[in-house]
Amino acid sequence: MAEPTQSPSFQDMILRLHAYWSAQGCLILQPYDMRVGAGTFHTATTLRSLGPESWNAAYVQPSRRPTDGRYGENPNRLQHYYQYQVIMKPSPADFQALYLGSLFAIGIDPLLHDIRFVEDDWESPTLGAWGLGWEVWCDGMEVSQFTYFQQMGGFDCKPVAGELTYGLERLAMYIQGVDSLYDLRFNDAGVSYGDVFLENERQMSKWNFEVADTDTLFKGFVAAEAECHRAIAAEVPIAAYEQAIEASHLFNLLQARGVISVQERASYMGRVRDLARGSCEAYMAKFKDEWSAKFPGWTA
Amino acid sequence: MVGEISGVDRMSADFLLELRSEEIPARMQAAARADLERLFRKELESAGLKPGSVQVWSTPRRLALIARDLPLATQAVREELKGPRTSAPAQALEGFLRKTGLSADQLTERDGVWFAVLEKPGRATADVLAEAIPAIIRTFPWPKSQRWGVDSRSSESLRWVRPLSGIIALLGGDVVPFEVGGIVAGRDTLGHRFHHHGPITIDGADDYASKLHAAHVIVDHATREKIVREGAHRAASEAGLMLVEDEGLVIENAGLTEWPVPLLGRFDEAFLTVPPEVIQLTARVNQKYFIATHPHPTLPLEGEGLTLANAFICTANIAATDGGAAIVAGNRKVLAARLSDARFFWEQDQKTPLAEQAKKLARITFHEKLGTLAEKVARVADLAEWLAREGVVPGADPALARQAAELAKADLVTEMVGEFPELQGLMGGYYARVEGLPDAVADAIRDHYKPVGQGDDVPTAPVTVAVALADKLDTLRGFFAIDEKPTGSKDPFALRRAALGVIRLITDNALRFAVAEGDLLAFFADRLKVQQREAGVRHDLIDAVFALGGEDDLVRLLARVHALQAFVGTEDGRNLLAGYKRAANILKKETWDTLPPAYTPEPAEAALTAALAQAGPKVDTALGQEDFIAAMAALASLRAPIDAFFEAVTVNDADAKRRANRLDLLDQFRAAVHKVADFSRIEG
Repeated sequence: MAEPTQSPSFQDMILRLHAYWSAQGCLILQPYDMRVGAGTFHTATTLRSLGPESWNAAYVQPSRRPTDGRYGENPNRLQHYYQYQVIMKPSPADFQALYLGSLFAIGIDPLLHDIRFVEDDWESPTLGAWGLGWEVWCDGMEVSQFTYFQQMGGFDCKPVAGELTYGLERLAMYIQGVDSLYDLRFNDAGVSYGDVFLENERQMSKWNFEVADTDTLFKGFVAAEAECHRAIAAEVPIAAYEQAIEASHLFNLLQARGVISVQERASYMGRVRDLARGSCEAYMAKFKDEWSAKFPGWTA
Repeated sequence: MVGEISGVDRMSADFLLELRSEEIPARMQAAARADLERLFRKELESAGLKPGSVQVWSTPRRLALIARDLPLATQAVREELKGPRTSAPAQALEGFLRKTGLSADQLTERDGVWFAVLEKPGRATADVLAEAIPAIIRTFPWPKSQRWGVDSRSSESLRWVRPLSGIIALLGGDVVPFEVGGIVAGRDTLGHRFHHHGPITIDGADDYASKLHAAHVIVDHATREKIVREGAHRAASEAGLMLVEDEGLVIENAGLTEWPVPLLGRFDEAFLTVPPEVIQLTARVNQKYFIATHPHPTLPLEGEGLTLANAFICTANIAATDGGAAIVAGNRKVLAARLSDARFFWEQDQKTPLAEQAKKLARITFHEKLGTLAEKVARVADLAEWLAREGVVPGADPALARQAAELAKADLVTEMVGEFPELQGLMGGYYARVEGLPDAVADAIRDHYKPVGQGDDVPTAPVTVAVALADKLDTLRGFFAIDEKPTGSKDPFALRRAALGVIRLITDNALRFAVAEGDLLAFFADRLKVQQREAGVRHDLIDAVFALGGEDDLVRLLARVHALQAFVGTEDGRNLLAGYKRAANILKKETWDTLPPAYTPEPAEAALTAALAQAGPKVDTALGQEDFIAAMAALASLRAPIDAFFEAVTVNDADAKRRANRLDLLDQFRAAVHKVADFSRIEG
């Protein structure tokens, strides 16, 4: 068993965040079951940030960034990692205080550690989204991204949602005081993060950079793009959005394989953006009358 | 509605405003203070109120304003308006009554004209403020603003830089009652986020700063800046080191803290193998840390020869319970991770020679109509070599100039410059030295972007000058050729800066060559005027020389302008200019045909003729030798004769021959002066 004063293990940290945000009225959701680049891509954030209804949720999202893979050899970089995501809509008046409470809950004493909100605005051209906020520093290290969404899918957020993203590995490295993420205590029974994920990083880095069949990836991209358009036409925007996410990840893999030139890159990104925006537009179109009825005076 | 004014007989009171919000970006705070003061003064002024003084403060979480000795009410105004004559038609009177809101019996009549007297009673200042402050908040010019919270279901909800969470508005001891965006003005605020809990109740302007101070908030940004500045110095000197001063960092750290505490930490000495500029940039840009050097007793405080110490100074926002040990330890770890990345880039980049890196420039577009960076590099290399070979840049070895130019942009594809674009050039210089390339080449690669701004050093090393000049000239010629010239405030390719760089390279190094022609030459002329204004050179004199046409040698042009400026500052110069203008005015009006000089010229006429005959060749000779001072002296010899001529001789003589010859003479005088400069462009 852990000493009472010992910092929480990786899994305990997640459990504490779940308990904390659950107590603040957030739904505790599970990860979206697709390969995505960040917690923001979960429909619980993107699609649910559209429209006037209240929505409070927290979840862990496994995130994949193929180009960040380092074959398990870099102590700070992974191609697969976890983000803890909180979305609260409308943003509560005490959102900052709630966030600071969560840091306290995982063992960060704000009179011992220097916690700061440093300007960092967020923009995702892919999602047609932007917001204002900060990166949160703890003793000079960025431990979270704190954003007030202003637009999503090209639409004004009405109301504005507050979004928190914690980089869990980095936060855990900080709390546990280790220099390599592979040395993180995953639990308090002797299992390290490396025990769980080192081999995955080695194999997946190799696959991402060297093995993945680019022809299949290109075909997959085109197929996802076509399917997204079909789903939009069929007025199933959630299905369309899933295809947009799929295309986005295939694009990231193609990037890692180094088969997309600088000129092509902009064009592929534009295609992914069109899919994501189109899905958001379709989602908005499907619900806006219902929302206007529920919230008199509300307009898209 | 106004509350009772505390202090029975007081006619004025202090006003306190605090706008509390979530963290305001540090870079926006100075402008926000200035905007708040400006808008506040404007609102007061339009209400006819004048404060004794206005003080504005900022912290990351609040903007505050204190106006001293604000009158409690605006002056009553009595205004008399003149109306129509009593004899005017009825409609005129009706219109006047409508305009003034009075009835006919309230008007007075004087000398057959109706007058209306309007009384505007004074307004309570609290009422004025209760309208003015919400108006200021609603229209505050933040560079970026946002909506938030429940109200943002409507797109008309209040916008602020980050969520606005509380307002204090106190006139004297009383709350100025208003509400904006659902926030009701009051007298409560919050202290430091971690050092103080619960609301703080403010009585008025006088206890505001002190109560906040007791709650670990130093509301005066200037005081916080002083603490950061002096604390950083102290931390460095206590460690036996010298702080590398950085006022931008002082302001930024003061803008990120309400209770700044500078703390010194150490990083692993092994990182000092990385170039010091990289360490400084990593520390400053990514982490907002100061760095320090080892003091060097035999050297002045600044400059070369100082060696970077393995120390950083961070600014915490708390007085930590352990004295800051945990904060320093955490920051050290973050910096170590950053420096390992930097060291990795530094070592990685060295594995590829610059000549190999340069090949990758073929993949980067410089401009869609101007080709790739590799193509630009090829042009610059040709030009740099030419500048050296033709002796335009004396002492520059053509082969080295070409080599340096070919490698100058190679660092753009290195990992380090990818991470820190501001290190372009500098890193190339380092990598060139590591490869063992000649110093002249490494220096040229390092410095070829110079000079980048007004205050920047101008290169003097010949190879560097050749590459720096070739790079900028190529950019200017290229963009002018595809008609991408700067217009108004738009200068997306920084051509003005490039032209200024060319001008300074040419003038500081006295480079003699035809810099440009056509539009581009005119662009240089404009830039030269702007640049020389700083040096006190009159723009009209530059115009006067450019107006002669054909001058594309900036060094010769400036020599002439300098001589001209000295000359027009003398008694002779001023008088000659006056004589020139008089002659030019006459010539502008008159037309004549040259007639034979069949008459005896008056003495002053003959004297001017003789003077011109002497001065003309002298001017020519002097100009041929580029001895502009001598040319001016030769012109000066015309001053007495032209003055005497105008004194004694009537130009428009009734006799056609006399008139024609005298006009000819003035024309010759003007032509002689024009050899030096177009005096008609000279002001005054």
